[in-house]
Amino acid sequence: MSSQPTSAPLDGNALAAPLFEVFGFEATAATATCGACASVNRVAQLAVFTRAPGTVARCPRCGGILMVLIERGATACVDLSGIAALEQPEGA
Amino acid sequence: MIELVEETARARSIVLDLPDWRGHRAGQHVDLRLTAEDGYQAQRSYSIASAPEDEHVVLTVERLDNGEVSPYLVDELRVGDRLELRGPVGGWFVWHAELGGPLLLLGGGSGVVPLRAMLRHHSAIESRVPLRLLYSVRTLDDVAYRDELAGLTGVEIRLTLTRSWPEGWRGYRRRIDRALLEEVAWPPAERPLVYVCGATGFVETAADLLVQLGYDPDRIRTERFGPTGG
Amino acid sequence: MSSFSRGFRGRRRLEADPARVPPGQYVTGDFPVLSAGPTPRTPLDRWTFEVAGALDEPLRLSWDELQALPSETVSVDIHCVTGWSKLDTTWAGVSLDTLLDGVETAAEYALAFSDGGYTTNLPLDDLLGGKAWIAYAYDGEPLDPEHGGPARLLVPHLYFWKSAKWVRGLRLLEEDEPGFWEGFGYHNYGDPWKEQRYRGD
Repeated sequence: MSSQPTSAPLDGNALAAPLFEVFGFEATAATATCGACASVNRVAQLAVFTRAPGTVARCPRCGGILMVLIERGATACVDLSGIAALEQPEGA
Repeated sequence: MIELVEETARARSIVLDLPDWRGHRAGQHVDLRLTAEDGYQAQRSYSIASAPEDEHVVLTVERLDNGEVSPYLVDELRVGDRLELRGPVGGWFVWHAELGGPLLLLGGGSGVVPLRAMLRHHSAIESRVPLRLLYSVRTLDDVAYRDELAGLTGVEIRLTLTRSWPEGWRGYRRRIDRALLEEVAWPPAERPLVYVCGATGFVETAADLLVQLGYDPDRIRTERFGPTGG
Repeated sequence: MSSFSRGFRGRRRLEADPARVPPGQYVTGDFPVLSAGPTPRTPLDRWTFEVAGALDEPLRLSWDELQALPSETVSVDIHCVTGWSKLDTTWAGVSLDTLLDGVETAAEYALAFSDGGYTTNLPLDDLLGGKAWIAYAYDGEPLDPEHGGPARLLVPHLYFWKSAKWVRGLRLLEEDEPGFWEGFGYHNYGDPWKEQRYRGD
């Protein structure tokens, strides 16, 4: 589990490796539509809090939770229920 | 891990020999995992400092005073040691020729690392995309890749020193602000592709200023390293 | 099994009496800040603590009313599910026994809720009998917002995610309801001595 010196947020770039392991593809360039406020952001631009029992990615606009990632040993689980839509860019 | 290069008093480049490496894009990073003898593990992300065309993968690490991992990588690691990493990863904060330009790179402290990979790639492919780098550091001694940056032709490099500067210093002497960007950056009408990387505070300040100045938010890509620069 | 990184020791781990260190934990001298979201900042004149749910009349306290209740200073060991433990931490606050004194309820469970939307659940019994506090001072100083100030729940006998930062109240429930991390697969109870980190442990 990665950790940073304080609780200030990183961004979705920090999730590139764990998300790749879960999805099998690069997810940081994908666009995520927030289920709470409908704003559309690149996964790379989500506000990410990694210092917690799990990693939480929040909407930069409304703070709503889009993703929760839990790495337990060799298994990673991600909850995407805060995302209304996730779209991979063309070509990538 | 085959070579260690001192970049500044606090930063070191780690040259890696990775037999299964399948290449990377400029701007990507790796996640490094360290395991102590008792099984304790720590993990950190480090941007790749080398271009895809370079012979070896290079990471540049800056020692953070209270760091858990960086002091080990900068002070303790020896040639011949092995490192466990996963990657390369990162599909957003990358530049390759098809993305075009003009390119504006804004780096704060160790945020310059992925930008340096982009500069090297730009140079290796002899790209004609116009490129400007604004690199913000505390003092001249904190400038990484100094000789390399000084030797680059065809790209504009501007430094700004925020804490102290040598006597007679004629470059910028302050943190990034509106006026500085107006002087250094491509005008918004040119619709540059902008990459901003560094500590969270630096990135947010720069990104906010860019948007205020009229740059297209969709053409601004950011990577935050956390409050102390990774 | 990963091979070791020669010479890497990690953050300084302290020696401690093994009887005080639950399985899989290490003792730290720091006080790491872990958060799932930005630090809330509720001004004290708007802060309230509410006890609602399975009781006749909800209880509501202002900051001043909380401060007026008898407080205790305690020294406890705390254990975070991420692996670190911190021994002999001192806190001041109001015991839940004091706070809930006189409250009549059929509820067997509680869900603590906080500014920012965080929740965590535990049996009501685990809040009583001298096991839990609403803590507003740490190490002799008012509790820092990064560590949950102005007030947090303190339940040291369970993993520290149960000690909800920025706590604003309790919902008393007749049926158990998982809180934030419990809903994502962390253990419903969280006893560090039984290493109950994840659901199914």
